[in-house]
Amino acid sequence: MFNKSTKGALTPYFIFIALFVIAPIALIIYYSMLDLHGNFTLANYKNFFTSTYLSMTLTSFWYAFLITFFTLLIAYPTAYLLTKTKHKHLWLMLIIIPSWINLLLKTYAFIGIFGLYGPLNAVIEVFGFDPQQILFTDFSFIFVSVYIFIPFMIIPIFNSLDKLNPSFIYAARDLGASAWTTFRRVVFPLTIDGVKSGIQVTFIPALSLFMITRLIAGNQVITLGTAIEQQFLVSQNWGMGSTIAVFLILFMVVIMLFTGQKKKGGRA
Amino acid sequence: MNKLSAVSKAYLILVFTVLYAPIFYLIFYSFNSGGSMNSFESFTLEHYQAVFDDTRLIVILLNTVLVALLSGLIATIIGTLGAIGIVSIKNKKMRSTLLSLNNVLIVSPDVVIGASFLILFTIIGIKLGFASVLVSHVAFSVPIVVLMVLPKLLEMNASLIDAARDLGATKRDVLTRVILPYIAPGIFAGFFMAITYSLDDFAVTFFVTGNGFSTLSVEIYSMARAGISLTINAISGLVFLVTVLIVIGYYFVVNRGKRTEAGR
Repeated sequence: MFNKSTKGALTPYFIFIALFVIAPIALIIYYSMLDLHGNFTLANYKNFFTSTYLSMTLTSFWYAFLITFFTLLIAYPTAYLLTKTKHKHLWLMLIIIPSWINLLLKTYAFIGIFGLYGPLNAVIEVFGFDPQQILFTDFSFIFVSVYIFIPFMIIPIFNSLDKLNPSFIYAARDLGASAWTTFRRVVFPLTIDGVKSGIQVTFIPALSLFMITRLIAGNQVITLGTAIEQQFLVSQNWGMGSTIAVFLILFMVVIMLFTGQKKKGGRA
Repeated sequence: MNKLSAVSKAYLILVFTVLYAPIFYLIFYSFNSGGSMNSFESFTLEHYQAVFDDTRLIVILLNTVLVALLSGLIATIIGTLGAIGIVSIKNKKMRSTLLSLNNVLIVSPDVVIGASFLILFTIIGIKLGFASVLVSHVAFSVPIVVLMVLPKLLEMNASLIDAARDLGATKRDVLTRVILPYIAPGIFAGFFMAITYSLDDFAVTFFVTGNGFSTLSVEIYSMARAGISLTINAISGLVFLVTVLIVIGYYFVVNRGKRTEAGR
């Protein structure tokens, strides 16, 4: 339907793709093979496979896993119950609004909430315990990250639940399946695509968080993102930073393949 | 539709409370005359006054809005043209390759985008500051606009264009009087998304901003690293107000789009 003349519209877009998608990836790969003086080397890669970086990668994955897990655990029931409410799209909107508030502001709020004299410690004191340092712990880091990611996980799950044909559920119930079986064998498998996109938008960013780690976790938690920021902006070692970025991109591709959606025919 | 059980309601209420509590917590203490976020002394607007008295902060606020609007506008133009171009590609393989490339910037972690753009700008020789921030915001917004516009183009009936051509419309007329009005809701949605992404971005900006230029996110980061300052709370109050206004605006535009669609 669109003829050759509309192809001219592609020129700025092609320039954009070449300059901001292909060139940056190429540059990251190129820089990953440079040392501090700009000489060609594979030392950065060798460096990455030392215990320091490997254990950092593992912890980073472990944190990302925990964050994704808890986010999913909270988001799925929320999305499910939201589809059952009367004005579900209005409620969904109310879930989305907090995600539009600047990330930094929300993180900053937790510096106060988790502070030594903050409201959470005030509650702890009411129960007769001594105030504790909650900031700069693993708990605070995971809590804040989960808080940040919840809306992004709810949206795709909500959408896939919303598209689910309720007759499947009635059919399952009529055929004698319990509520739990219906959920396990019918609802969940049919909404797995929403869960997958939710995991995608949580896990990959969770691997590369660096702002929350700095503000909430002090320097206790080092993720791949923190390491890249450190190498680029503090140590000025762009080579090593790029190497970590290359691995982050590789991990991202693997995750995308894992959580990729298979198009089952139909109109794409 | 069966009613929600008490437990379900309690759960939803809990989730909503946890989602909103930190935001209202911030706004509540923005009116605190004491200097902390722990004990409320008395009501004051001095922190809001402080925001408006701080010319540096006002400049940063204006910069942030300027970058968001400009990058949103440029990204919407490039993205819309790109989407129209992508639809015109007949070769399936080429089209899907282009779409995958389009998605790279959407799924890439911010840190990687920021780091690679930092290298790019240093090599090309773009001075870090307003220009580099604007260009990177355009860059990460274009793919979003494409994704918002594309479905509208795909659902468009080809006979509309054929009819216009048969009735003697020039190519330009077809674009401005048939295609663009049809995909307008997608374009608006893309523009709004681009603006919100730009306003919300921290990591990419943090990498490509120089010493002289700062956006709100980067400024809040450096203020928050220095400790608690109720000026940030006052900013939160303002940001929340603006966000709600934007959301209402967005909702309005999207719904209007839906209504005209239903009215056809």
